[in-house]
Amino acid sequence: MPEACFYNEMFLPDGSVRPHYQPFADWLAGTEPDRIAQKRAEADVMFHRVGITFAVYGEESGTERLIPFDIVPRIIPAREWLMLEQGLRQRVKTLNAFLHDIYHDQEIIKAGIVPPEKVLGNSEYRPEMSGVAVPKGIYCHVAGVDIVRAGEGEYYVLEDNLRVPSGVSYMLEDRKMMMRLFPELFSKQSVAPVDHYPYLLLESLRGVAPEGVSDPTVVLLTPGIFNSAYFEHTFLAQQMGVELVEGQDLFVRDNMVYMRTTKGPRRVDVIYRRIDDDFIDPQAFRKDSMLGVPGLFSAYRAGKVTLANALGTGVADDKSVYPYVPDMVRFYLGETPILKNVHTYLLAKPEDRDFVLAHLAELVVKEVHGSGGYGMLIGPTASAAQREEFRQRILAAPEKYIAQPTLSLSACPTFVESGVAPRHVDLRPFILSGREITLVPGGLTRVALREGSLVVNSSQGGGTKDTWVLEA
Amino acid sequence: MLSRTANDLYWMSRYMERAENTARMLDITYRMSLLPYRIVEEGREQWAEPWAVPLIITGLVSDYYERYSELSADNVLFFLVLDARNPSSIYSCLQAAREAARSQRGAITPEMWESLNHTWLEARPMDFDAIANRGLQEFFEWVKMRSHLLRGITFGTMLRDEAYLFIRLGTYMERADNTARLLDVKYHTLLPSASDVGGAVDYYQWSALLRSLSGFQAYRKVYRDAITPMRVAELLILRDDMPRSLHACMNDVYEILKQVSEARSAEPERLAGEIHAQLHYGRIEQIVAFGLHEYLTDFLGSIGTLGNEINRQFLTPVYA
Repeated sequence: MPEACFYNEMFLPDGSVRPHYQPFADWLAGTEPDRIAQKRAEADVMFHRVGITFAVYGEESGTERLIPFDIVPRIIPAREWLMLEQGLRQRVKTLNAFLHDIYHDQEIIKAGIVPPEKVLGNSEYRPEMSGVAVPKGIYCHVAGVDIVRAGEGEYYVLEDNLRVPSGVSYMLEDRKMMMRLFPELFSKQSVAPVDHYPYLLLESLRGVAPEGVSDPTVVLLTPGIFNSAYFEHTFLAQQMGVELVEGQDLFVRDNMVYMRTTKGPRRVDVIYRRIDDDFIDPQAFRKDSMLGVPGLFSAYRAGKVTLANALGTGVADDKSVYPYVPDMVRFYLGETPILKNVHTYLLAKPEDRDFVLAHLAELVVKEVHGSGGYGMLIGPTASAAQREEFRQRILAAPEKYIAQPTLSLSACPTFVESGVAPRHVDLRPFILSGREITLVPGGLTRVALREGSLVVNSSQGGGTKDTWVLEA
Repeated sequence: MLSRTANDLYWMSRYMERAENTARMLDITYRMSLLPYRIVEEGREQWAEPWAVPLIITGLVSDYYERYSELSADNVLFFLVLDARNPSSIYSCLQAAREAARSQRGAITPEMWESLNHTWLEARPMDFDAIANRGLQEFFEWVKMRSHLLRGITFGTMLRDEAYLFIRLGTYMERADNTARLLDVKYHTLLPSASDVGGAVDYYQWSALLRSLSGFQAYRKVYRDAITPMRVAELLILRDDMPRSLHACMNDVYEILKQVSEARSAEPERLAGEIHAQLHYGRIEQIVAFGLHEYLTDFLGSIGTLGNEINRQFLTPVYA
C-alpha cells in the first residue's frame, strides 16, 4: 500500500494545515520543544502515579504497562461529528432492534434478509435468550463502534462492539491529562466536554431497571483485579458511585440477586457486567467459571435483575453478520444507512472465497470470532509463509473467516522517537442505550505507534490520543 | 458496603500500620543493639541477642530459621524489611496495602491511592545496600512518614462513611496488637546483669522504647520525673490521651464497632467492650502484680479473638 495515499487528519495534501487544526498548529509551532518534552515526561509520571495501567496477557503475572499517551489531539470538526453521531444513533438503534427480533419473532430471517444459519447457527447466538423479555427491549446498553477514516476522508464502520467494549476510561483520562498539561489549548478552541459520560452511563443503567423498581441499585460486575481492563472497572464504579462487585460478592436466593455487605444481604437490580457471557453463571453456562454467580441467569430470565449488556449480543457484532447491518437499517427503520460498511467478503461463499484466495496479498483476513487484533492476516505486510498458512486455514474452515480490502487508514501527527510523524488512527465512540440513546462527543482515538502499522490495539503497541469534537 | 470492600480496606490500613510499627520496632532494636550486652543466663543466649527480639515479638522465629542459619543484624533486617517471602516484612506490607487499595480504588479517594501507589513504587526497587547506605534510621523514618501521610490524607479527604470506619478499625486493631508486642520487647531484652536494673542501660532501654512509640515527650509532660518501668507501662497501656496506648486504641475500636454493629452482628462490639472496660478501669499496680508479660500475652489473645470475630461478622460473612 503506498504510504502517501492516506488521509492526513491535520494536513492537506499540499502541506498546509487544515483549518480546524490551525490553532493547535500555531500553538505547537510557538511552544518550546523543551517544554513539550517536559510535559510529555510529566504525563508519563502522572499516568503511573494515578495507576492508569493495563495488564498484558501472556506476560509475567502482575505486569502492568502504561498505554502510551500522545499529546497531539485528534480533532473532529463539528459538522463531521454531527453526521457521525446521527449515523451511530441509527446504527445502535438498528442493532438493538435486530437483537430483539432474532430472540423473538425472527422477522428478518423470515423476510430473507439475513440467512438463518448466520444467526441460528452462530456460536454467539444464545438459544437460552429466546423469548426472554428484557427491559425496554434493549440489549446493547453500551456499544463501542470502531470507526476509521479512509481514502479521501470518508468514515467507515470497522466493527460494532456490543459485548463488553472497553476503553472509555482512557477517553476520560486523556482529556483530564490534556487539560492538566496544556490548559491554554482549551482557551483557543471550544472543545466539547466528555466528563459527564459516567453520569450518562448511570442514568442509562437506572433507566433499564426491572419493572416496578423505582430506586434501583446498580452494581458493576468485574472479573477481578487480573483482568486487563480492571482499572476501567474501578474507575467507572467510582465515577458512578456504585459498588464494584466480583462474582463472590453476589448470591442468588429465590431468583433475587443480593450482595454481601457489612450490613447483611442487599438487593441488586441492575448489573453492568464486564464479564463475558460464558462466565456469568456456572449453572447456566461454563461450569468451570469461578467469576460468575450461580443462579444469575435464572434470576435474569425471571426478570428480577437486568444485565447490561444483555446476554447473547455477540451475534450482532459478529464479523459474519456485520455485512448485513446496512440492510438491517433499511429493514427495521426504513432509513438509508448513514455510516458506511467496509466491503466484506464472506469466505463461506464460494465466489467470495475464490476471489479472496486469488488476492490474499491485497486483503485483510480476520477470524469471525477474533478480537483484539489477534488472529488476523494483513496481506500487504505478511510474508509468503504467513499467507500460505492462512490459505490452509481458510480452506480448512472457510466459515470462520472474512476478508476486507486493506483500508488506507487516516493518520494523525504523533510524537515518535524521530520527532512528529503521521501514524494511523481509529476512533471508538461509546453509545449508551437506556430510556434514550445518548453519547458524549468524540470517543477514544487509538493510534498505531509503529510506522506504517495499522494495528491500533493497546495489547499490540497501540497508544491513545485525546479526541476533540469542536463545538459549532 | 460490600464485605469484600470492608475486608480490603481494613487490611490496607492494617498492613500500612504494620509496616510503620515494624519500622518502629527495628528502630528500637537497632538502638538497643548499639549498647554493650553480655549473656547472663545459660541456655537463653538466643533471647539475649538484641536481634532475636524482633523475631520473638513478631512470632517469626521459626520462619526465620527456615531461611537463615545464623542470627545476624543483616539477616534479621533483610528478613523484616525487604524479604518478599516474609508476608510481614515492610516490603510485603507495603505491597499488600497497595494491592488492597488497587482493588478498592472506588472506595478510597484518589489522593489516598496516589500516595500508597507512590510509596510502593518507591519501595519496590530498594535493595539492602541502598537502604544501608542511606542510613537505616533514615529509612525507618521514611516508612513512618509514608504511613503518617496516608493516615493524614485519609483523615483529610475521606467521606466519614463506613469505608472510613473500617479503615480506622484496621489501624487501631493493628496498633493495639503492635503496641502490646513492642512493650514486651523489654521483657525479652536482658540487661547486662541483674545489678544493672535501674542503671544507665536500663534507663536507656526504657527511653528507647518510649521514643519508638513517640512517647518520650509525652512521658516528660505527664510525669515530669525519672523514667520508671511502671510509669512507662501505665502510659502505654492505660493512659487514653496517649495515642498509641492500648486504652486509646481500644477506645476507637469500641466506638467504631458500636457504629457499624447491628443486632445481628453484636458479638465484636461486646468483646471490644469487655477489653475496653479492663483498660478503662484497670490499675497499673494490678497489672504489674499480675506480671506485665503475662498481661500483654493475655491482651494479645483477646484482640486476636476480637479480630476473628470482626472477620466473621463483617469481612468474610457466610450466608447459608
